[in-house]
This record gives sequence, C-alpha cells and structure tokens, in this order.
Amino acid sequence: MSAALNVYEPRGIGRALETASAWLLGALWVLPLLYAFWTAFHAPEFSTRLSLTAPLTLANFVTAWQAAPFARYFLNTVLLVSMVLAAQLVLTTLAAYALARFEFPGRNMLFALVLVQLMVMPDVLIVENYRTMSVLGLKDTIAGIGLPYMASAFGIFLLRQTFKGVPRELDEAARVEGCTPLQVLWKVYVPLARPTYLAYALVSVSYHWNNFLWPLIITNSVEARPVTVGLQVFSSTDQGIDWSIITAATLLTTAPLLVAFLLFQRQFVQSFMRAGIR
Amino acid sequence: MNRTTQWVYGWLLLLPAMALLALFTHYPALANLWHSFQSTPKGGQPATFVGIDNYQQLVGDPIFWQALSNNLWYAVGTIPVSMALALLMAVWVNDRIPGRGILRLAFFTPTILPMIAVANIWLFFYTPEYGLLEQFTGAFGLPSHNWLGSKSTALGALMVVTVWKEAGFFMIFYLAALQSMSPHLGDAAAIEGASRWYFFRRVTWPLLMPTTLFVLVNAVINAFRLVDHIVVMTRGGPDNATELLLFYIYEIGFRFWDSAYAAALTMVLLGILGIVALAQFFFLERKVHYQ
Amino acid sequence: MWHRSIRNALRAVVAVALGMAPVLAQAQTPVPTEVSFYYPVAVGGPITKIIDGLAADFEKENPGIKLKPIYSGSYQDSITKALTAVKSGEPPVTSILLSTDMFTLIDEDAIQPFDDLIKTPEDKAWLKSFYPAFMENSQTGGKTWGIPFQRSTIVLYYNKEMFKEAGLDPNRPPATWKEMTEYAQKLTKRDASGKVTQWGVQIPSSGFPYWLFQGLAIQNGGILMNAAGTQTFYDKPEVIGALRYWVDLVKKYKVHPEGIVEWGTTPKDFFERKVAMVWTTTGNLTNFKTNAKMDFGVAMLPAGKQRGSPTGGGNFYLFKKSTPAQRDAAFKFIKWVTTPQRAAQWGIDTGYVAVRADAWATPVMKQYVEGFPPAAVARDQLPYAKAELSTHDNQRVTKALNDGLQAALTGTKTPEQAMQDSQAQSERILRTYRR
Repeated sequence: MSAALNVYEPRGIGRALETASAWLLGALWVLPLLYAFWTAFHAPEFSTRLSLTAPLTLANFVTAWQAAPFARYFLNTVLLVSMVLAAQLVLTTLAAYALARFEFPGRNMLFALVLVQLMVMPDVLIVENYRTMSVLGLKDTIAGIGLPYMASAFGIFLLRQTFKGVPRELDEAARVEGCTPLQVLWKVYVPLARPTYLAYALVSVSYHWNNFLWPLIITNSVEARPVTVGLQVFSSTDQGIDWSIITAATLLTTAPLLVAFLLFQRQFVQSFMRAGIR
Repeated sequence: MNRTTQWVYGWLLLLPAMALLALFTHYPALANLWHSFQSTPKGGQPATFVGIDNYQQLVGDPIFWQALSNNLWYAVGTIPVSMALALLMAVWVNDRIPGRGILRLAFFTPTILPMIAVANIWLFFYTPEYGLLEQFTGAFGLPSHNWLGSKSTALGALMVVTVWKEAGFFMIFYLAALQSMSPHLGDAAAIEGASRWYFFRRVTWPLLMPTTLFVLVNAVINAFRLVDHIVVMTRGGPDNATELLLFYIYEIGFRFWDSAYAAALTMVLLGILGIVALAQFFFLERKVHYQ
Repeated sequence: MWHRSIRNALRAVVAVALGMAPVLAQAQTPVPTEVSFYYPVAVGGPITKIIDGLAADFEKENPGIKLKPIYSGSYQDSITKALTAVKSGEPPVTSILLSTDMFTLIDEDAIQPFDDLIKTPEDKAWLKSFYPAFMENSQTGGKTWGIPFQRSTIVLYYNKEMFKEAGLDPNRPPATWKEMTEYAQKLTKRDASGKVTQWGVQIPSSGFPYWLFQGLAIQNGGILMNAAGTQTFYDKPEVIGALRYWVDLVKKYKVHPEGIVEWGTTPKDFFERKVAMVWTTTGNLTNFKTNAKMDFGVAMLPAGKQRGSPTGGGNFYLFKKSTPAQRDAAFKFIKWVTTPQRAAQWGIDTGYVAVRADAWATPVMKQYVEGFPPAAVARDQLPYAKAELSTHDNQRVTKALNDGLQAALTGTKTPEQAMQDSQAQSERILRTYRR
C-alpha cells in the first residue's frame, strides 16, 4: 500500500535534514544488535575490541549450542506457540461470532468481562495462576504454559470488530440457502476475516515466543522449558560471564524470528498495521 | 432465528472462551483478594485469616513504596518517550525519505526480539570500562560511568532499553494510521495556506487519536507487565533502585515463598491497572475523533 | 460333571499362573531406581559435561540405579526450582544446593537428615573426614542435613605483571588491610584527564554482596549470625567497621570502582587488565587458569584483625518423599562422589576446594598442587574460614543485608545507617523464629 504523494512532504534542505536525522536514529537503533553480532562471531579476545582484521568464527555458536539443550527448547517453543495459536483461533472465532451477531441477555456484560483481560493479563496474576495450575496438575508442562492465554481478549476484540464489518446481506444470503449458523460462520465470516487472522496470528506467535516470566515460574525441567527461559537459565550462571557465548546463544534463540521477519517483512508489518488501527 | 436459538447459540459459542477467561483471569483476581486476607501456609501450618495484616505490612514496607515509585517513574519515563519517538519514526518513514525500507526494518527489529535477549545484549552494552557504551563515551572524552551499578542511573538505563524495544512496535501503528489518511486533507489544507506544523496539530494529530489511545493502553500495560530485563540486568538492585512492582511480587512469591504478601501486592497492581482501564474507558467516550 | 469343574479349576489356575508370569519375570529384572537431582553451575568450566561423566561412571558401577542430573542455573535458581518441585509434590531425590539454604529447606519440611543412613563404622568415618569448616553450614540441632560437595572460599587474585610495574614484589601479595590499601594505591593508574585506566582492587557487590562482605566482617573480628540461624548481628561495631573499610576503598582512597561491581564480569575485568586485584571465589580458579593471559597469583584474603573468609558453595541434600530404594541409591551416589579420589578430581576439574583432607593427600592432587601451587591457597585458608551467613528465611534475611551493603556502596546511606536499617529488617523477619 503505497502512500499517495503527501503535499506536506519536505523538500530540499528540509528533506536532507530529515533524512540525516532519521538515518542517525536508525543507526543508533541497530547499534546494540550489530554489536551483539560482532561479539558472537568473534573470539572472546575481540569481544570488546572492534578491530576490523579480527577473524570470524563460529566456535561461540557451537559452544553455546552444546552447552544447553537448545534443540529441545526450540521444540518446546514451537509446540507452545502452535498449541496456543490453534486454541486461540478456535476460541476467539466462536466467541467473537457470538458477540457480534447474536442477541442475548447479558451479552454486553460478558463482553465487558472479556475486556477485563485486556488490562489484567495472566502475567499479572502469576501467584494465583500458579496455584490453579498445581490443582490442575499442569505444572511443568507446555499445556500449563499456554492454557491461561488460550482465551485471548485481544483476539475476541479484533474479530468481533471484523465480524461486525461483514455486510449482513451475505449472512442472510447464506442463511436463505439453508446454512446453520456455524456453517455461515465457516463459509462467510471466516474467509472475510483472513487479514485479521493473519495479523492476529503474527502478534500471537511473537508474543508467546518471547514470553518469559510466566514460563519461568511454571516450568522446572528441560522437557517443558521454552527457549526464553532456556536462554536465561543458560546465561544466569554466577560464573565469569563470557559475552561471546552469551551473545551467540542470544542470537541463536532469536534467529528463527529474525529470519522469518526478514523474509516476510512486508506481510509482517502490514498485518501488525491492520491489527491495530481500530 | 428466534430468540431462544439466539440465546442458546450465543451462550454456547461463548462458553469455552469464557470458561478459560473465568478460570485464569476473573477467578484468580477474586482468589487473590481472598488470599490477601490470609497468612502464608508454611511447613505444616495451614493458612489462617489475618484480616488486613498483609496490607499493614505493605504500608510499612519501604521496599514496596520504592517499587511503586519506581514503577510510576518508569511509566512516566518510557510511555511518552516511546510514543513520541514512534510518531516521529512513523512520520519520517511515511515521508518517503531515501532508505525508508531499511529504516523501518531498523526501527522494528528490536520489537520481535525477546526481552530476555534484548536485556543480555544491553547488559553487555552497559558494562563499565569496556562495554560498547563506555568505549563510545570514552572516545568523546567523557568519564567512565557504571550505568547499571549506581542508584541514580540504573532505572534510567532500563528505561532506555524499554524505549528501544517498544518504539518500533508503536511506530507501525502510527504508520498505518498515517498511510490511511486521505491525501485530499493535505491538499485542502495546503490550498488554505496552512503550514506543515499547523496541519499536523489541527488535522493529523486529532485523526491519530484512536491510534494514540491504542498505543497508550499498550504502553501502560507493558510498563507494568514487562520485567524480564530486570531479571537479567539488575535483579532489582542496586538497593532496590530498579525494583518494579511485578518483579517484587515475583521475588516475594517465588523466592521468599510468602504467598499471602504477594497476593496483597498483586491487589495493588490490579488496582492500578483497574484505574487505568477506567480512565481509558472514559477517555474513549469523550475525546476521540473518528473520521 | 466333576470333570468339567476340575477342568475349569485347572483352567483358572493356568490363567492365574500365566497372569503372574510377567510379574514374576519383572521381579527378576528389577526396574532401575531413578535418582533425579538438581545441580547449579556457579563457576566457569564445563561443569555439565563433568557431572554427566560422573553420572555415567556411577551408573556403570551400579546398574540398578539411574541418575538424572538436571541443570538448574545459578544457586538462586536452583533453590527456587527445588522448592517449586517440593511444593508441587514432585521433589527431586537429592540436589546440590547452597549450604546456607539448610534452614529454609528444614522449615519447608523438604529435607531429611543423613543420620539415619550413617550406621556403619565406614560411614561414620566418611562423615568425619570432611573439613569442619564445611560442616558448620551442614549441621544443626545435632543432625547432619547436608554433605559438602562443591565448596569454596574467597581468594584474592592479583596480576603479577602489574605488581612488577608498580614496583611491588610479585611474590608478596598483601597480607593485611593496610598493605592491600597501599598496594592498591600504587596500582591505581589514571590517564591525563584523571580518568582511571586501571583500578587497584575490586570486590564484587552485585547479586550477593553479603558473601564478599562476610570476608571483611570476619577479618575485622565480627560474626554475622548465631549458629542456630535465629539472630543476626549486622549492626555490631566490627561489622560496621568492615563496611566502612570497603566504602573507604571507594570513596576515601579511590582505589576501588564506584557503584555496584558486577560479580559475573569481575574475572573478565581482570583478564582485560582493568584491575590489579580482585576478590572472587576459588571456584573461578580454572577459569582464570584458562583465560588469564598474564602472570597472576592467588593469595589468601588479607587480615584485618585476623585472617578470614566465609565458606561458600553447595552441599548435597536428601529430600523427603523419596522411596527407601531411591534414598539408599542417592546416599550411595553421594558417598561415591565424595571419595578422596573423586573429591580430588572434582577439585582439580572445577577449582572448588576438595572437601576432605585426605583428598589433598592423593597422588593426583599432590601432583596438581606441585604444578599449580595456587590450587592450595583456598585449602590453606580453611583454618581461618567461618560458616557462611545462614538463617531461617535465608533469602529474605540476606536480601536485607544485600540492600544495606549496596546502599552504602552507592553512597546513599552511611555504613552505620545502612547496617542499622538492615539489622532492623532482619530482626522483624527472624523474630518469629525465636519462639
């Protein structure tokens, strides 16, 4: 979606100044990340010396990979985000459909209750949710990490908005053809909400990939630990911190997201944009 | 569809989501309130009702007040700055300056990284003597400074990290809003002889209000929710200078295992979030202009 | 007719016998006893590999036991994880946790003492063979709750090259506080603009400054807590005096970096030649040996009124709720891994102090010490070592001290004020345990 020529765009000196400032800010912005790359790809002696002739090495990545079961951590994370996303897509679709297209007493109250979760996220209620998980016997499992998030208020909110925007004529047309409400949902609403689904999926995946505090509390063993907790356990040793290895491990854990982002930049950005502007 | 069918469908469709929400949001909030009036079970002794003991302890706890004050300063320090920077970035990228694709990438990348990873990188960055920041300031002849190790700058240092991570995220929303603005508005204003600043103040800014509100809400929630960087960088120190509410709750609940006190602290946090929610609700009704 | 009933009876018997067969068969091939344990890594070195190696060796000699070592991060992470597991009803069988967590674990009803298992004369002799300094944090109320495994003391690492440059004898490390101050003043270098390019001495103060501080306190003749773990003495003059010395190094003599010094980066600061003398654990010895690219020495901590250092490090604990088979298997493993030979090897591989005197007499250790004398410094310091700060509700009571130390070091409180506040906080917490 390219912007039409904005008549207020700067020209001449103004444009040059603006470009320079933007570039400066951009450079400052990537600096820490570039520094991390530098340290990860060079031997420890060069981690703080920025000489251009320093030899590149992959040894840090190898050491980091072998020092902790990152493969297992990645598997756990992938399982976690997939599980959460799948559940969220189903649950939020059903709930949004109900809130958008059905009239029943208590609808507004229930919607208000849903909105509570926008502010009061499970992250804030760690002490109680931990207790609940013990009772349910789901401590130290991947399901235990994901369960509190599966009913996503944000998702319900977005989808309700989107469903409300679907013209009633399509709904009625499908109904006339003899579809049950669920069939109408599947045939009419879901396809039309695809952009929202995509946007929401990206938000959800990146949120849960990066989630840390709740998984830290609820998991105890390697079998359930996601990659964020694995990284912290790995780099929290009270030993002498070896930055080369820690930055290598950090880059390892963020590599999948970074690569995915670089490849799907446009879609990523566009979907985030579509998700928010309401 | 008759009313009963609507009724049945409505409730059934909502049921799974509401059940989970009730279990992990509504019930815990209420249970938390209940537990904040009890004592912590320890060893063989079960919890007993202690009335407002935990709250009295809270009021008399200097670390709690420090954490609260830190959190408020932290919110004040990160929210406006990250929003302003986000808007600025969005305006620049929208102005189609050369290299804007790369710029957009540069601004947005910190957002997709986990805060834990970001914290590690910045911890390295801030290392006194030979961290990159030290080398930078040293090159300009500035004295060495232990950013994370001194009470006056530790919280500020963490705020910088947060802004770095969040601004790009907000930029995207502003960018979307800017790009969805009709160019006719600009044309009309230019014909009237409005300056760029005037156009921004009287046309663009009000139209961005929904986005600003959305971004504001997000920023506020994150200011109270995101404490990952504290876990890695300062663990609340030096001397509680970077102790934030949720981190304190985590320490009390999962390092000291004092679950009753943690419940009382959580109630304070819920109270703050509740106030913000109400404020947002009222704002929504009044000040927002829609096209 | 009776044919049929007999036939039916026979059928029943056969069926039962067939049903029993797998059970009987299983009794012949026993299911291995599984012993899970958490272990932290708090010192540099490939600890995970070494632990896995030890586990594999033990399993080879004991085919009926399966060890399951679980790496759990830092000491603080490990106690959190262990207690989390206890509270969720699935405790590990044993774990290596800080010796100072003893009271907390007892209060949480998580561990059982070893005394019931130590019956034979060999076992009793084995228990007596550990250094008394390490047993101080391992016993209370007449019972033994922990077995020393990876124990340490604080030592002083110093850069011999920098000593030479400053005109100091590289083989004479500072023996008293006065000497340390004087040496540090000679060793602190500033550039033309007054910015320090090389610090004289640095004592880490991030995370758990109480440990390093305890060294200073003992050296000044103070003790931080009573043996029962129900009282602290943060505001005694000797303790305040120790803190004042530390603050003076920063503010008065200006030989010590300002603000909070990070524990994790202190060795690297040394390797990067940013500081001439550092206080850190002997457990970092192998780390220094591998990565310090200059001639360095290791010394006992300097004496104030006396020499002294807290002990540090982790013990093996035995958790409740394990089956007798698991308990015995764990005990077997603990005894196996603390034989003189293995204790010596563990000390060599990691830099921890071998926990028993006869480990130091083994040929492999003697040879190691001959080739690398600094390895014996921590051991020689043991006569001066005292128990590490350990009380009920340990995490909270040490946090009170940590906060006070950090306040004094960053200049927001005077040493007196800081320690008095810490003591007041600690009193509030420990009061309930004194009934």
